[in-house]
Amino acid sequence: MNTEAQEMERIFERPRALRSATTHYCPGCGHGITHRLVAEVIDELGIRETIVGVAPVGCSVLMYNYFDIDMFEASHGRAPAIATGFKRARPDLPVFTYQGDGDLAAIGIAETIHAAARGEKFTTIFINNATYGMTGGQMAPTTLVGQKTATSPTGRNCETAGYPIKVCEMLATLDAPSYIARVSVSSAKHVLKAKQAISKAFQLQLKGFPYTFVEVLSPCPTDWHMTPQEAVEWLEENMFPQYPLGEVKAPKEGV
Amino acid sequence: MEKLFMTGNEAIAEAAVRAGCRYYFGYPITPQNEIPEYMVKRLPEVGGVFLQAESEIASIFMVYGAAGSGARVMTSSASPGISLKQEGISYIAAAELPCVIVNMMRGGPGLGGIQPSQSDYFQATKGGGHGDYHLFVLAPATVQEAADLCLEAFDIADRYRNPVMILGDGVLGQMMEPVSFQDRRPAADLPEKTWALTGTKGRAANVVKTLNLDPSVLEKHNLKLQEKYKRMAKEEVRVECYQVDDAEIVIAAYGTVARIAKTAIQALREKGIKAGLVRPITLYPFPYKTFADIAPKVRKILTVEMSLGQMVEDVRLAVGDKTEVCFFGRCGGIVPGYEEIVVEVEKLTAKVAR
Ligand SMILES: Cc1ncc(C[n+]2csc(CCOP(=O)(O)OP(=O)(O)O)c2C)c(N)n1
Ligand code: SF4
Repeated sequence: MNTEAQEMERIFERPRALRSATTHYCPGCGHGITHRLVAEVIDELGIRETIVGVAPVGCSVLMYNYFDIDMFEASHGRAPAIATGFKRARPDLPVFTYQGDGDLAAIGIAETIHAAARGEKFTTIFINNATYGMTGGQMAPTTLVGQKTATSPTGRNCETAGYPIKVCEMLATLDAPSYIARVSVSSAKHVLKAKQAISKAFQLQLKGFPYTFVEVLSPCPTDWHMTPQEAVEWLEENMFPQYPLGEVKAPKEGV
Repeated sequence: MEKLFMTGNEAIAEAAVRAGCRYYFGYPITPQNEIPEYMVKRLPEVGGVFLQAESEIASIFMVYGAAGSGARVMTSSASPGISLKQEGISYIAAAELPCVIVNMMRGGPGLGGIQPSQSDYFQATKGGGHGDYHLFVLAPATVQEAADLCLEAFDIADRYRNPVMILGDGVLGQMMEPVSFQDRRPAADLPEKTWALTGTKGRAANVVKTLNLDPSVLEKHNLKLQEKYKRMAKEEVRVECYQVDDAEIVIAAYGTVARIAKTAIQALREKGIKAGLVRPITLYPFPYKTFADIAPKVRKILTVEMSLGQMVEDVRLAVGDKTEVCFFGRCGGIVPGYEEIVVEVEKLTAKVAR
């Protein structure tokens, strides 16, 4: 039988680096989009069979069920230390960590800063959704001033809870990192740019450049108590001014 | 065999390298600094990596990462630093990653002091981190034994896929003694590390993880770990019995204190008191049977520790009501003199005579 479908050219399919699995992510969540971008880049660079990833503790803890690659599951915040230990033992393999803002900017900030300061040769994908998704929407280090969360019910008060951490800008004060960029997955246009940055970070790592870091502004409709549409609008309106997009640090010669 | 004059810390470091350890991650703390300071020079000679981490938490998770690659890896610290490592130790035990962890104990709790102690026995043998897990715990008493046990520790870790702790104290770490190194290769019958992360080329993806959200799966995982601990208890218990055959009083002690006890036993025997020593070499698995077997044959057992009574609980557990188990301990960094032990034993024998 020669159906029309069989004759049609396939122009879109699941990246090889992703499994055929239903994720547990909420509708409109940025994790799923970012997973796909990372997987596409892994495919395009032909590194699915060599790359080793480190999953965080957070909503993306089960990402090894979605990626068809070798992976560690870290404890909360320690992914950079695990990636360091692994990469030092296997400098020939590409390595990345994937971490949320509670994981990376609160409990794991020491591991993050020191891996960056040492110029560890792995890539970090940092999901900034301005809240603790997994535990029910508590205040994160990246929660905006005035933003309501489960543990800042009247809005983050800078008098008592301080100010959000701009992780890219902070890491950019260090000498060792080679690439630091902030992107967003709030619209198709930004998704394309996000993929470019993720690809650049991995390519630099493959060329032996030290520490590469991509922060992804990512909607969490569930814990923001919004519809997916409201969430991306809120993100662009409120997070863009606080967290400007673009390359904060990049090697002069580029990729 | 060539004899070298080394501290216990250096002997452990050299033995680790000879056992094939190529990765060391640690954070400075007294009294074990000779280990990292030896490793930083020695590991590059054999193509290995030394890395001073930002904390003990980071260093134990660097161990997790390197062990996950299938490499032989070690970290070392002393009491406050080992407390900080507990999170990672629990994860390593859960993920069944082989590695060697050295604790050169100092007095606690809190910042405590920097002098020798044995007050981390509970932490080492009963858990320390969260969950139902155990380390394999080795307690050397001499520099030579520290080297020998460290060589073996890496094989034990690989065989059982379990973290192994070498539990020493400041005396063992700092003391210099002649030591020779057996020419030892990893045992031939160790299981292949098919679980290691190497990139998924040519096989299904591997995952090193500890999360099991389904209670029945998590219970099964725990039962599997328990099977392993039972196997260790069956196959790996090590204990030294010294002059126990005719002993009326047996001293129970490990590590540095066991050495001092031997001197005390000599002095006691010169005074006509028949004393002996049971020295656990593996603290986990503990030699319960050895104690249970000798208990009916002796009048009393005196447990001596540089703590206020930790191993004594295991001795009591082993002995039950078969004989009286007494305790003598010094702590805070004070090493008991052999004369003190002699006096304690004499007190007990005086009561026996009455
Ligand atoms: C040591 C430890 N403390 C706390 C937790 C509970 N916990 C799990 S995930 C999480 C926060 C996750 O938030 P984030 O890193 O922002 O990731 P997201 O879920 O938003 O993707 C916390 C606090 C834990 N698992 N371990
Ligand atoms: S809670 Fe938020 S971060 Fe977690 S899956 Fe849902 S939308 Fe995504």
